Amino acid sequence: MAVHLDTYDPETFYDELYEAPGRPRSHAASLIQWMQQLSLEQLQQHLDTAQLALFNLGVTFRVYNDDQGVERIFPFDIIPRIIDGNEWQKLEKGLKQRIYALNLFLGDIYDQQKIIKDGKIPREIIESAQGFLRPCVNLTPPSGIWCHITGTDLVRHNDGQWYVLEDNLRVPSGVSYVLENRRVMKSTFPQIFQTMAVKPVDDYASHLLETLLNLASPQIPDPTVVVLTPGIYNSAYFEHSFLAQQMGVELVEGRDLVVVDGYLQMKTTKGLQRVDVVYRRVDDEFIDPLEFRADSFLGVRGLMEVYRQGRVALANAPGTGVADDKVVYAYVPEMIRYYLGEEPILSNVPTHLCWQESDRNYVLENLDKLVVKAANEAGGYGMLVGVNSTQEQREEFAQKIIANPRNYIAQPTLSLSRVPTFIEGQIEGRHVDLRPYILHRGDEVYVHPGGLTRVALTKGSLVVNSSQGGGSKDTWVLNS
Amino acid sequence: MLSRVADSIYWLNRYIERADNVARFVDVNLNLMLDLPPGVTQQWQPLVFTTGDLKLFSEKYGKATAENVIHFLTFDQDYSNSILSCLQMARENARSVREIISSEMWEEVNRFYRLIIEATKHHPQSALPNFFTQVKLSSHRFAGVMDATMTHNEAWHFGHMGRLQERADKTARILDVKYFYLLPSAEWVGTPLDQIQWIALLKSASAYEMYRKRQRRILPNNVAEFLILNREFPRSIYFCLRQVQQSLHQITGTPLGIWSNSAERSLGRLCSELAYTVIDDIIEIGLHEFLDRIQNRVNTIGEKMGETFFVTDLPQQVSIQK
Repeated sequence: MAVHLDTYDPETFYDELYEAPGRPRSHAASLIQWMQQLSLEQLQQHLDTAQLALFNLGVTFRVYNDDQGVERIFPFDIIPRIIDGNEWQKLEKGLKQRIYALNLFLGDIYDQQKIIKDGKIPREIIESAQGFLRPCVNLTPPSGIWCHITGTDLVRHNDGQWYVLEDNLRVPSGVSYVLENRRVMKSTFPQIFQTMAVKPVDDYASHLLETLLNLASPQIPDPTVVVLTPGIYNSAYFEHSFLAQQMGVELVEGRDLVVVDGYLQMKTTKGLQRVDVVYRRVDDEFIDPLEFRADSFLGVRGLMEVYRQGRVALANAPGTGVADDKVVYAYVPEMIRYYLGEEPILSNVPTHLCWQESDRNYVLENLDKLVVKAANEAGGYGMLVGVNSTQEQREEFAQKIIANPRNYIAQPTLSLSRVPTFIEGQIEGRHVDLRPYILHRGDEVYVHPGGLTRVALTKGSLVVNSSQGGGSKDTWVLNS
Repeated sequence: MLSRVADSIYWLNRYIERADNVARFVDVNLNLMLDLPPGVTQQWQPLVFTTGDLKLFSEKYGKATAENVIHFLTFDQDYSNSILSCLQMARENARSVREIISSEMWEEVNRFYRLIIEATKHHPQSALPNFFTQVKLSSHRFAGVMDATMTHNEAWHFGHMGRLQERADKTARILDVKYFYLLPSAEWVGTPLDQIQWIALLKSASAYEMYRKRQRRILPNNVAEFLILNREFPRSIYFCLRQVQQSLHQITGTPLGIWSNSAERSLGRLCSELAYTVIDDIIEIGLHEFLDRIQNRVNTIGEKMGETFFVTDLPQQVSIQK
């Protein structure tokens, strides 16, 4: 049976590939045309081959709270999401603007706190943010850059507009899937890559390495860069080892490192060797048991002091988590106006802050319509999707909000855009989001073309997180 | 390179080689038992004896039947030297050094692991010979892929040492199995059954054809000589240890013939002794006693290598000049 995309119906949703039934968007036309020459069986075979390739490559993640601790492959769909070149340019501009502002915010908040003094953000919000680290006050990271690597989650609503859902400035993951998905797509559908001008993604590791090398003191001729992982049981371990491998640097665990003679050193078969730059994929509170959690085995004793002395660079800088707080997020448009004197190019999702009484009352009355999120959780945990919730769940969340209003925000349920997706032998629309990766290199901010498109595989679902059963799609940005 | 990484690559190779060797001697015994004349009791206990884990086995399984022994050595999740456990540990080690090894190596370990997992779920007796063949082939494939796709750098040498050291140890154990067969049946010596057992033993070391080319007649002393002292056969103890020695000196840069750490010293000493040993010396000491000593010394060398390269629990020093 041939692929009948002409009957595909975007319904009332914004569809990334279709304007209306039978009418592909112009930038998707040649893909659709090509796909219609295939049979559903062929499509299924391609999908099976691709999934097997990912499994053999071990492109897996671990699911927490899972007794087996099993690794799963991140389910992968072979119909790509395509972004038009002109549209991407606008997104790119908006993301750069946001990262510049966030970086200035971090520098300010750990230094003079002008934004608080000028009354743009309440002090209590900053000081109660879990990611606000007192040991980082008055600390200046190398070149004044805090957020070297950011993964910003974007969604497109029914109105066709993009909205920023959140900024991930601590240790955003997923970029390895972007690269591996592309590798698999290229070997599955080489023909189509020849006919469409898709921006390549393979140079991410080079950009990342440059970003990291830039952090080392200029006096060091050949700086030693390492990737610090919590170890093989971490859900993103595959990515840590993948990035180290792609950059050709060592992948280290906390137990491989030690502070000796005032420097961070790694234990090698030939003795200790100095480390200059650490791309750490370990959360702030675990990186140094002397300053943060004393029970952490993942970090290195004394690392923060070496960092303070400027003898090692950390990416991202400790303390960036304050800007990951979902309450602080609500103030990013304000930060853009305050630090850059510009209007935000990308909008935030309208956000209700439960610590404000009027907002809280509104949220409590409208739990069935809103999405409630804990300020400090990620990965789809600690979240209530009102429209899909039970009375019991809503009551539970109401209690939580009343008990700790600072920790909750609520947003309207967005109607996420959809992309045709191959599900059990049929093509149906599924909701997606997008996480582009942004590197701050000091003199410029680089936005990697595309990013990770996560797709909610369950019909009607809006939850795209891998830990909640989401999948991914290759994301094509076309040359404009 | 990182000490932890060197350690992991070393053990990754040891575990793969160990799984291979377990498959070898279970498989050979399986074949051997088919050739027993009616009325002769099957011998499965010696297999467990050579692993050194007889006590553990007896506590858990009791009687050494074919089924029990095969399950213990192959699929027992709780037994750390079973093929299943070896592959689990090999894979964990491979996972922790994925950025060091080639992706082909990783895929090979992954495929090998899944082969075992599949077999663990359903392992009909009839499929066992084929399964053991697959295990041996997978191990060869892994070694081949490693040699062909990984730069022969320090990491490779650590892996190579792990593989060859494990192989030396297992050749000693395989040879020792014969000693335990002889125990209950001294009157078999020189009988056709004895011949068959020596052939089986050579086969379990994949040495049968190579041995025939060199010695033709199957004579116990010659078999022992071949498996212990032959300079060219890749599974003989001496050959393996000399390979280990070469890798060790490549890593440290110390020329052969002198030493810079205790592992080099112990290994150099053992290699020199073997180089000047003849089979009559071994028979004089007693084959079993000799093999036992070799195993102990190989273990000690392993420990010394660990102390020299892998020990990572340096005192946690924090001294910062402010």
